[in-house]
Amino acid sequence: MNTKAQAIRLGVDRGVREFRHSMGSSDQLYNLFTGLAALTVLWFQRDSPVEGSGLTLAALTLPSLLGMGIVFGSLVGPAGQLSINREDGTLLRAKAVPHGMLGYVVGRTVQTSLDSLTGLLVVLVPGLLLVNVPADAGVGGVLGLVAVLALGMVSMLPWGAVAGSITKSPGGAMGMTMLPMMGIIAISGIFYPITALPGWLQGVAQVFPVYWAGHGARAALLPDAAAAAELGGSWRILEMTGVLGVWAVVGFLVAPTILRRMARRESGSDMEQRRQAALQRVR
Amino acid sequence: MVIEVRDLRMRYGTTDVLHGVDFTADAGEVVALLGPNGAGKTTTIEILEGFRLPSDGHVRVLGVDPASGDEAWRARLGVVLQSWRDHGRWKVRELLHHLGRYYAPYSTSRQVRPFDTDELIETVGLTGHAHKKISSLSGGQRRRLDVAIGIVGKPDLLFLDEPTAGFDPHARRDFHDLVHRLSDLEGMTILLTTHDLAEAEKLADRILVLAGGRIIADGSPDQLSRQVAGKSEVRWTHDGLRHVHTTDDATAFVRDLFRQHATGVSELEVRRSTLEDTYMALVQRHETGQAEEEEVALR
Repeated sequence: MNTKAQAIRLGVDRGVREFRHSMGSSDQLYNLFTGLAALTVLWFQRDSPVEGSGLTLAALTLPSLLGMGIVFGSLVGPAGQLSINREDGTLLRAKAVPHGMLGYVVGRTVQTSLDSLTGLLVVLVPGLLLVNVPADAGVGGVLGLVAVLALGMVSMLPWGAVAGSITKSPGGAMGMTMLPMMGIIAISGIFYPITALPGWLQGVAQVFPVYWAGHGARAALLPDAAAAAELGGSWRILEMTGVLGVWAVVGFLVAPTILRRMARRESGSDMEQRRQAALQRVR
Repeated sequence: MVIEVRDLRMRYGTTDVLHGVDFTADAGEVVALLGPNGAGKTTTIEILEGFRLPSDGHVRVLGVDPASGDEAWRARLGVVLQSWRDHGRWKVRELLHHLGRYYAPYSTSRQVRPFDTDELIETVGLTGHAHKKISSLSGGQRRRLDVAIGIVGKPDLLFLDEPTAGFDPHARRDFHDLVHRLSDLEGMTILLTTHDLAEAEKLADRILVLAGGRIIADGSPDQLSRQVAGKSEVRWTHDGLRHVHTTDDATAFVRDLFRQHATGVSELEVRRSTLEDTYMALVQRHETGQAEEEEVALR
């Protein structure tokens, strides 16, 4: 029996199990909240026309939300889980088992994918009650969307792992990912077309994956006429692939080294210290 | 030889935690690393587990340097971790079975891995809790699960760091029985750390006393008592008066006593020092010794 193959199989098993555990837990309140929030936004935007495209603002926002959701979830999710697992000892257990780290990383990836998928459905399904974009996009559009979302996910997943590795506590990991992410989302044309922002902010936004994942999702689902509302008045698929690709490639080059270093340093006494720190936080 | 440690040194920043630790452990032995808090027990065991890199020294665990131990080496080790709240949503049997499967590729005809999940759950006395969520277990039940996870791969060598910390007396006795069974039935070599002398005496074939970053005594509980020819207490009655005297050499003292008083000595009692006295004497002697060293260094 190949030892690595077995660990990968067990990683998939772990991911599916943890996803199932999470489905029946209070974690889902977060999804409920996101779904309701998205629905509210779309409701208020359902009759606002976007000049020159013949579409409502809601039709633009729905795909943007999907793009944003995947990028956000792929960064914040793994960062939070990794830092929690370092604190609670899950990671140390993985380290004590042959090829356990491999199983752990595969498990986390599987779980993040499944979590992200749920997060998308939670926005998409109620959203369709108000805006029926995919029906016009056809099979090609939906496949395009899947490709964009997959690219969006790999662009941020390694960075989530990095953030979870270099921070000292779950709170630190959240601060490091959540706050910058909120700022970037605000300037990335998710809830309102980016053309309304000053030029320099548009430039900043285009360095980060959020804008491009939203752009790609809109390109996949919306009719060509909607491109008029974009920067430059066209779909920039090549640029999108380029920016998301660079984030992914650099991330996957950097992350394994940082993950390995973090894992090597993990020990029982370090965990005990974090545990003491955590107990003090609770009090 | 299962464990071989020579001149092991560990330094954190400018503080030396281990100054040249030497010991060995043979196959099937149960060895207790005993010492006061802060003596370096956890550091030593973490170096052997491969979780920490030593500053200097020669270390071999199952013939391999832990710093470069591969996954096949890892599969022959069992590490019992002090868990806290990891895998809280998993069920007992689910997690144990899942972790056991990592060892299946390392199974040989001589050593079948892993343990049968249900058998192991029974061994650690968790049968009634097999389908409970781990977060709902009591502290003692969780520790038993920790032990089960540590041995699920049928290790050749098992590490236990402060295994009974926080146990009530009943759980402690159950745990001691389990350790005996593992070493007798499975022939596992076991290295455990503890600051509880009674526990070391009960479990170990051999006790290593670690104090101030050095092994200051090494031997079976019996040998240890002899190694530090501890003081004995002699009590007797002479002419209706009760006397007590502590001496290094009870035999010589008693011979003297009878030479002085041919008659009139009664109710003679000689008590050898207990292992506990020995241990306290050892640690104390070491600590005063160290204090002198430090004084010299200051001058």
